[in-house]
Amino acid sequence: MSGSTDRQGSDAVVVGAGIVGAACAYYASRAGLSVTVLERGTVGSGTTSRGEGNILVSDKAPGPELDLALWSRALWGELGGELGTDAIELDEKGGLVVATTALDPLLAFADGQRAAGVEAVPVPSGGLRDLEPHLAADLPGGVHYPQDLQVQPVLAAAALVRAAQSRGARLEQGVEVTGVERDGSGAVTAVLASGRRFPTRTVVNAAGTWGSEVAERLGGPVPVLPRRGFILVTEPLPRVVRHKVYSADYVENVASSDAGLETSVVVEGTRGGSVLVGASRERVGFDTAMSVDVVRRLATQAVRLFPFLADVALMRLYRGFRPYCPDHLPVIGADPRVPGLVHACGHEGAGIGLAPATGRLVTQQLTGQQYGVDPQPFSPSRFAEVPA
Amino acid sequence: MSAPTTITFDGHEIPFLPGQTVGAALTAAGIRSWRTTRVEGRPRGLFCGIGVCFDCLIVADDRPNQRACLLLAQNGMRLASQEGTGRAHLTV
Repeated sequence: MSGSTDRQGSDAVVVGAGIVGAACAYYASRAGLSVTVLERGTVGSGTTSRGEGNILVSDKAPGPELDLALWSRALWGELGGELGTDAIELDEKGGLVVATTALDPLLAFADGQRAAGVEAVPVPSGGLRDLEPHLAADLPGGVHYPQDLQVQPVLAAAALVRAAQSRGARLEQGVEVTGVERDGSGAVTAVLASGRRFPTRTVVNAAGTWGSEVAERLGGPVPVLPRRGFILVTEPLPRVVRHKVYSADYVENVASSDAGLETSVVVEGTRGGSVLVGASRERVGFDTAMSVDVVRRLATQAVRLFPFLADVALMRLYRGFRPYCPDHLPVIGADPRVPGLVHACGHEGAGIGLAPATGRLVTQQLTGQQYGVDPQPFSPSRFAEVPA
Repeated sequence: MSAPTTITFDGHEIPFLPGQTVGAALTAAGIRSWRTTRVEGRPRGLFCGIGVCFDCLIVADDRPNQRACLLLAQNGMRLASQEGTGRAHLTV
């Protein structure tokens, strides 16, 4: 094909400059690899900018994703030190999960999490308002998760990319990947994007919600699908909500495979003053249409937890597409069909929280170092169409 | 005989003409700012005048964040300067 060849070449080409691609570039360049990041839009312009900046352990049941989340949470703490907690608005606010009907299932869930290393402190009904004074008085109780954090995801992605660039990584924005070149053995030799050729032996698919399409172009398809989520934004308020507060049915909805609309409210403050109200999930492809029904349901559930919100105006809303795999685990690891192709996508609503651990896992794969957690559950080999 | 047409602003009576907005009545009375910004406490009043910029927010009958440029003055309406978000009492 025609077009220019990047003469320099790279140890790794990362596709996507969302939070996951940014973390991959950060850790790979820190490990001494030369990295080129190819981004179709701009840094953090996809799903990274359409969520709430959740770094949660509270919503995860014991298992591989919780192990990854606990590790990643610790890495976020380190990143705060390296990038500046203020610069990325990293806030150790903690989570408060409240039951709106029965409390026992939530307490049982927390027992299991505690056994897996999560700090989970039961809060009786009468103690809820010590933590959150504006909560409704008639809620049956909840669980406090001090380890939950919040970060401003676009600032964090930009800071990670900048830090990678300071170690020699290159960022190409407005560049769309179209395919790969492979040698006689099938191994990757270059990534093709927007008429240009980027020589490399390794390409990392960090395309998030579009990871399935990019995987297809790179020769190793994986099943990543969009799940639409709305977030409501209130007018600016003083500090009215201290924690990330959500109703216990959020956990159930995240894990659900129902195609219909599911809403379970998540309420939290921001540094800017607006309160954010999430989170809905529906499988409607890449349809961005506004839905009054979703707004009404989220607003009603938010007022159920925080009655004062009834009198507060919504300024706007935004929506995005959470990239999910059928088994609700991200795809992280080498693709056995295409030597040199490594996937790092499909994190659903947990991509911000899981990004540092994902970047670490990918980098360890590239450098042959020890893994921080067992990578096997996240391997693309788990999908039927991928040979082990 | 037409009904008396006054609003109060921070306790002072201000006249208005039928159909006039709160922002217009205050400005006609020589009052140019009635809100302070959230972070730096700077004075604000009418800016765009057409409901877009949200600079002219005011407390009207105890409701904060009303746009003075769109709000029609009504007899007896109680207006008050707004400090910051206008909801400091909610701070936790």
